[in-house]
Amino acid sequence: MTRETLDKLIGPRVSRSEMAEGRLQFLVPTLLLGAAGLLLVISIFLPYWKMRLLAPQYPGGLEVQAYLNHLEGDVREIDGLNHYIGMRPLGGAAQLERELSIAAVAAIALLAIAAIWIHNQYAALLSLPAAVFPFAFLADLYYWLRNFGTNLDPTAPLSSSIHPFVPPVLGTGKIGQFATVAAPGAGLWLAFAASLLILTGLWFHRRAYKPLVDASRA
Amino acid sequence: MIAKRNHRLGALLPLALVAAVLGTAWFFGCKSGPTEQAGRIVAPGDVDGVIAARGLTPADVYAAVKTYVPTGQKDEYVILASGGHSGQMLVIGVPSMRLLKVVGVFTPEPWQGWGYSDETKAILGQGQVEGRDITWGDTHHPAISETAGDYDGQYVFINDKAHARIAVIDLRDFETKQILKNPVSLSDHGGTMVTPDTEYVIEGGQYAAPLGWRYAALEDYENAYRGMVTFWKFDRDAGRIDQQRSFAIELPPYWQDICDAGKLVSDGWAFCNSINTELATGGIEQGKPPFESGVSQRDMDYLHVIDWRKAAELVAAGRARQVEGFDVIPLEVAAAEGVLFFVPEPKSPHGVDVAPGGEYIVVSGKLDPHVTVYSFEKIQRAIADRTFSGKDQFGVPVIDFDAALETQIELGLGPLHTQFDDKGYGYTSLFLDSAVARWSLGGPYADKHGEAESWQMVQKIPVHYNIGHLAVAEGDTVSPDGNWLVAMNKWSVDRFLTVGPLHPQNFQLIDISGKGETMQLLYDMAIGIGEPHYAQIIKADKLAAWDVYPEIGWDPAVQAVRTGAPALGQERIERRGNTVEIWMTGVRSHFTPEHVEIQKGDHVIWHITNVETAKDATHGFALPAYNINLSLEPGETTTIEFVAEREGVYTWYCSEFCSALHLEMVGYLTIKPS
Repeated sequence: MTRETLDKLIGPRVSRSEMAEGRLQFLVPTLLLGAAGLLLVISIFLPYWKMRLLAPQYPGGLEVQAYLNHLEGDVREIDGLNHYIGMRPLGGAAQLERELSIAAVAAIALLAIAAIWIHNQYAALLSLPAAVFPFAFLADLYYWLRNFGTNLDPTAPLSSSIHPFVPPVLGTGKIGQFATVAAPGAGLWLAFAASLLILTGLWFHRRAYKPLVDASRA
Repeated sequence: MIAKRNHRLGALLPLALVAAVLGTAWFFGCKSGPTEQAGRIVAPGDVDGVIAARGLTPADVYAAVKTYVPTGQKDEYVILASGGHSGQMLVIGVPSMRLLKVVGVFTPEPWQGWGYSDETKAILGQGQVEGRDITWGDTHHPAISETAGDYDGQYVFINDKAHARIAVIDLRDFETKQILKNPVSLSDHGGTMVTPDTEYVIEGGQYAAPLGWRYAALEDYENAYRGMVTFWKFDRDAGRIDQQRSFAIELPPYWQDICDAGKLVSDGWAFCNSINTELATGGIEQGKPPFESGVSQRDMDYLHVIDWRKAAELVAAGRARQVEGFDVIPLEVAAAEGVLFFVPEPKSPHGVDVAPGGEYIVVSGKLDPHVTVYSFEKIQRAIADRTFSGKDQFGVPVIDFDAALETQIELGLGPLHTQFDDKGYGYTSLFLDSAVARWSLGGPYADKHGEAESWQMVQKIPVHYNIGHLAVAEGDTVSPDGNWLVAMNKWSVDRFLTVGPLHPQNFQLIDISGKGETMQLLYDMAIGIGEPHYAQIIKADKLAAWDVYPEIGWDPAVQAVRTGAPALGQERIERRGNTVEIWMTGVRSHFTPEHVEIQKGDHVIWHITNVETAKDATHGFALPAYNINLSLEPGETTTIEFVAEREGVYTWYCSEFCSALHLEMVGYLTIKPS
C-alpha cells in the first residue's frame, strides 16, 4: 500500500497550527466516538432485554434477562411453563449470536474508537456497525421471538388453546394467564446511547475534518 | 331444519330469562345489596352495622383488630407447640393463630410423606423400641436451639414422654432429622430443654424404673429403681445429637418432672423438680394408697440442683459407668462430687422456670397456692457454706429451704408453669383456678414494671379451662419479648361447637403488651389433633426456612445433594438379576419415565427427584397397595424400595395438586407374572 492510498483511507492529518486554532472542534468528535466505544464495551456486562411474566400464582412475577451471551433469571421455570404450549427451551435460541456477540461487540466498539483516527468519510463506515448495532439486536430478537412463538410443538398439552403467536419485542402481551412485559435492559439503552453518540460524533467529525479533506483535495 | 332449530331456541328463551333474572339478583345481592345478620340489615362495608348486628363489645372489637392479620400479610411470631399424643409438632402464627403446619415427628404423616420413603422410615426407625416400630409419641416440650441463651431459630428438639425419646427437627425445612431412644430411661417428662448455647439437650426422666430397664420387683423399689436425667450432646455442625458424647446422671427413684437450664449468672447448672419423694409404689387393688395419694403425702419434695459442667468433667475423667452402652454417673458419685444437691420444694411441684437473668428459680407446687422463688446466689452460698439440713436417704445433700428461699408469692390454686416478659413480670398458669396470674418480680426487675410492690400478684385473668403450660413470646430466654401470651388449656368444655365427646384443646391468646391490670383475652384457637403440652413462641424473623431446597437432587435426611440422584435427561431403568432400579424425575406435569414394566418377584429400588425450582411446586408420588405416598418438595430426591409381590397393573400418580394437568401426571407400573 502506498503512502498515498493510506492517506486517502485515513484522511488528512491535523497540523499543529490547525490544532492550535480550533482544539475543541477536533476534541468533540474524538470524545463522542470514544465514549460510544466505551459504552458499548460496558454494555457487554449488562442485560440487553428483559421480559417479566405476571400471573396470579407468581406473586413476584417471573423474569428472564437476556445478556449478549447468556440468559439469566427464572429461565428454568419459564421453560417449564413453555413446554405446556410447546415452545422450545429458551437456551436453544440465538446460539450462534450468543457465541459471537462478545467478540463482535468488542470489535465494533474498537472500530468506532478507531474512527477517531480516520479523518474522512471512512470514519462513518467504521463506526456504522456500532451505530446500527442496537437496531440489529432488536431485529434479531424479533426474528427469534417469532421463530420460537410460531414454531410450537403441535402435540403440546395446550396446543389447542394457545395458537402460535409472536411475543412482543417491547411492550405488553398476554399468553394464557400470563401478562408479559418486555423492555430494553440497561445494556440496550447503553447501545442506543452509543449509537446516538456516534451519530452526533460523526456530525462534529464532518464539521471538523470536512474543510481539511476539501483543502487536501483542492 | 332451520325452523326446527328456531323452535328449540324459542323453548329455551323462558329458561334463559329466568336465569338472567336470578343471575342479576344474585349479582346485585352480592355486590351491593344489604344482607341480614342476626336480624339486622347490614350493608357491606358498614363496620358499625356489623358490630351492632353481631352484638360485639368494645373489647371484642379490640380483640378482633388486635389479632386480625390482613389477608396476604404475615404473622409477627411463630408458636412451635407440641402436638401431644399426635406425636407431631404444631407450627402456628401469632397473633392470627393460624395453623401453618403439623410437622411429622414420631408419627407417620402422609402429606409430608413422613414415614413412607426409605429415608424417613430410617429416621422413624431410629425410634424403634425393642426392635418394634412405634408409630406414635406423646410429645411434650419443644425446645428451640439457643445461642447465648436466646432462640437462634436453627433447630428444635422435642421429647416423647411415653418412650423416653427425643427428636431433632431442622428449622431450615421443618423436618425431623434424628430420633433417639434413651437407652437408660423408661419415660421422660423433663425434656426437652437446652443449655444456653445448646451444648446439651436436657431430658429428665419421669417414672422410676430399674437401672438398665431390667426386671425388678416393685417391693424392691428403693434399691433397684432409679430416676434419671440425661444430657444429650448436640453437635451443631452436624445438626445431630452425638450419643457417644452424651451422658446421664443416676438419681433417686423419685419421679423427676420438669427441668430448666440455668442461664447467665446460673449458666452451667440445671434444675429439675421431682414428685414422689415418698417412694410410693401404688397398689390400690391391694388396699394400698393409690399413686394419687401416695405420691402426695409429703409437704415437700426435692428440687434437684445439678452442676452439669462438673458432671461432664466427671464423665470425661472416666467416673461414669456404662449402662446399656451409655455413660451414667452413679448416684453416689454425683452426690459425693458436688454435682447433685436437693432443695425442699412445696408441694407436688411441677414447673421449674429460671428467670431471664438466671438469678431466680421459680417453682410451682400443684397443691400449694404459692410460687416459690429461690435465689441462685443463695443456693450457691448455701453450697459453699454447706448450709445443709441433712442428706436424703440416698446420700444427696439437702440445702436448707430457708437458706435458698428468696420469697413465696400467693397466686391461687394449682400453679403449674411460669414464664417472663420484658417488663419485669412473671406469668404463672393456675390449673385449678383456670387462670393466668401476672406478678411482679423483685431484685433487678423491680425497676422495669414500676409496680409499687415487688413479688406481688398484679392481675389474674380467667382462661377456659384447666390451663397447663403457658407461653410468652420468647418468655423462657434471656431476653423475653412480652406482647403475647398463649394459655394452653386442657379442656374447652363449652367454648367451641360440639364435635363429639372428644373436645378440642383450647389455645387462648392473651394480650400482655400493657402493664398493671391490662391483660386481655383475645382469641380461642381449637386444637383438634392432640393435647399439646408446652410451646415456645419465637419472633418470625429469627426463622430462616427455605422455600425450596437449595439444589436439585437434595436429600433432606442429610441436607446435601445426593450423588447419583435422578436428574433431567438421565432418567433410566436398570435391571440386575431380579433387582430393578429406577431413576425417575418429576416436573409439571409428568414423571419420566411413565412406564415401568417389571416382573412379579422383582426387588424394586425407585429413586425420584422433583426437578422443580419454583416455590410450592411440590409433587406427590402415590403408589397404591404398597403403602407409599411421598412428598417431593422442589429439588428433593427420595428413594423407595419394595418387592413386587403380585402381578397386575398399578398406576402411580402425583398426589399434590401441582398444575392444571395434575391429573395427567401419572404412570403405569405393570407387573408381569413370573
